[in-house]
Amino acid sequence: MALTPDTHERAIALSHMLERRWGIAMGGIVVLLFAVIVYTALHYRSHPPSSVEPMDSARLQFSGEFTEANLGTRTEADGSVTVRLVAHQYTFAPNCLLIPTDTPVRLRAVSGDVIHGLLVLGTNVNTMVVPGYVATVTTTFTKAGEHLMPCHEYCGPGHQGMWAHVHVIDRNDFPFQEARRRSVSCAR
Amino acid sequence: MHDSRRLVLAHLWVAFGAMAIAAVLGVWQMYQRSPLAAWLSNPELYYRAVTAHGTVLAYVFPTLFAMGFGYAVATSSLDQPLGSLRRWAWTGFALLLLGAVVAAITIATGHASVLYTFYPPMTAHPAYYVGVVLVVVGSWVWCALMVIAFARFKRAHPGEKVPLAMYGTVANALLWAWTSIGAAAEVLLIVLPASLGLNPVLDAGLSRVLFSWTLHAIVYFWLLPAYVAFYTLLPAAAGGRLYSDRMGRLVFALFLVFSMPIGIHHLFADPQVGSGFKFLHAIFTGMVVIPTLLTVFTITASLEIAGRLRGGGGLFGWIVALPWRRPMMLAGGLAFVMLAFGGAGGLINMSYALNSSVHNTQWVTAHFHLIFGGSAVIMYFAVAYELWPRLTGRPLLSPRLAWWQLMLWFVGMMVLSMPWHVTGIMGQPRRMAYFDYGHPALAQMAPLVIVSFIGALILLVSVALLLIVLWRTHRQPRSELVVPPLGYALAVDRDRPVPRALNGLGVWATMMVLLTVVNYAYPIALYFTAQGSEVRAQRADGGN
Repeated sequence: MALTPDTHERAIALSHMLERRWGIAMGGIVVLLFAVIVYTALHYRSHPPSSVEPMDSARLQFSGEFTEANLGTRTEADGSVTVRLVAHQYTFAPNCLLIPTDTPVRLRAVSGDVIHGLLVLGTNVNTMVVPGYVATVTTTFTKAGEHLMPCHEYCGPGHQGMWAHVHVIDRNDFPFQEARRRSVSCAR
Repeated sequence: MHDSRRLVLAHLWVAFGAMAIAAVLGVWQMYQRSPLAAWLSNPELYYRAVTAHGTVLAYVFPTLFAMGFGYAVATSSLDQPLGSLRRWAWTGFALLLLGAVVAAITIATGHASVLYTFYPPMTAHPAYYVGVVLVVVGSWVWCALMVIAFARFKRAHPGEKVPLAMYGTVANALLWAWTSIGAAAEVLLIVLPASLGLNPVLDAGLSRVLFSWTLHAIVYFWLLPAYVAFYTLLPAAAGGRLYSDRMGRLVFALFLVFSMPIGIHHLFADPQVGSGFKFLHAIFTGMVVIPTLLTVFTITASLEIAGRLRGGGGLFGWIVALPWRRPMMLAGGLAFVMLAFGGAGGLINMSYALNSSVHNTQWVTAHFHLIFGGSAVIMYFAVAYELWPRLTGRPLLSPRLAWWQLMLWFVGMMVLSMPWHVTGIMGQPRRMAYFDYGHPALAQMAPLVIVSFIGALILLVSVALLLIVLWRTHRQPRSELVVPPLGYALAVDRDRPVPRALNGLGVWATMMVLLTVVNYAYPIALYFTAQGSEVRAQRADGGN
């Protein structure tokens, strides 16, 4: 097949058209991705944990929010609950969290030594726990059940043993009144 | 390849040798994680192995490959000897080797079981960091030599186009020189002083931000040699033309600009970075998808030219007509498949909110094993098969075995990583010595982990085949056959002049620096307004 100048011109025109179409399609995919990210972030207020709240990790147990008596679940004035926990090599304190269903939960975690992380299996609760900062995650559990909560960042040779439990119980069974006065948990 | 044959061979032999050791460790790690093994009585051994596996495969192997391939490209595509630069090239190699040995000894003796990501306050023995720094300094010598060779060519050939292979290689050298500064600063200013006990108080958040400066763009440093092969060697091996030389240049330029200002997407789940900069980095991560999507078009079009020249017709007939028996051709096709899966997984990791469902799980491991271990490394193998006859003066022994090696690599990588995606969604953390599969929530993961272990075994067979092919080729008697020089693809638009900006990298490197400053200056500056977030360093090996 001889390539005449005419077919050459047409081939070039065709290739430019294909390039343009590909560009539009791929640009469309990227724009769609951005749109989904922006929509979910704004509409569902779905943000990663980003509170940027410094905390002196050397003095956690002496005073303030993360003393031993404060660890666990507390009822807030607005009916929501706050769960406070400390990550240490190689355990979480408390190592069993008690949480009511259908209640806004604010999880506040700090580390007393190195970097840890936590995720609750079967949920989107997932944060790094960087010493020097408070990690805050907000969520609502809709179903009662038990979940595992491993440390997901290497924190030393005992890392594989650092698993806690999360008991989500029906909100009718949750001791909201008691949790106003003192922190509750299912840790033994 | 003029005067660089021994230099390139030395780099590539050490690279593949180190990779083989790391692969054995990888298989052992996968076995220990699986329900097949009894729980380790000393789990520290697992983390020691992960540290070695990662240090070799993140810092030593790809760096040596990029350097060796870079010297091959600089001498063959520019048709210009290294000359007096050769002495410096050997110096860089020696520094890298020394660093790798120092780091390896420190890891092997159990003084650096901190994994290969530098996340204080946990620190290793200082010798580990000194070793890694030497590796990086050795690679900086290479960066400088690539820029010098590029400048020499432009001076000697005013008005001429710099060959695309060299353009991409120098883009990668500039990218690496700039992106390695983040981790280098972290190690030299924070981690090493802490490890030595000189300044035991540090900000763990600042360290992570500095490490993220390096952490993402390093992946593009691993990937760009594969892209150089996609654009310049693959179309030639397929028997076709590069569809657009200009598009190739634009893609390398865009990688330079967009690889850097995106690293904070690794810190989405970090409490010390605000949502604004996380969001900004998510958007820029979306931008870095563009050069990859342009590449998919250009390379597919180049291969279509080859397929049609070989008589393939119809909508898909040209794909069948491609010379799939050739190692480079097969590797290119398989690399694209793995790039597609790995890339799709990556889009989920980088999605600001969606990341929460997979952050730090085995999903992430699957993503980067597919992108780097799969897509990039299979191209490293194919490049080695192209280079070996040119470096040794002996024909490849045998292309059939090489074909099987590449195929097994692909199969192994898929069998390894697909179950990882599933266990990741189930919430299985990465980097853990063993699991209690007796727990009902973990029991469902057990069979999948065994499948991954089988994938790891397949990969090990592939590594063995690689070494056999390279060794046998190197060891056979020198043949009478004249090996043709390395064939770079001719571009369809080779007579079309390129804009000045696409024959140099100055504009793009400047944009890279400016965008990095815009996206990192504020997050880093925050830490200097002292907030009482300092913590005490802790030596993992009990020192200080």
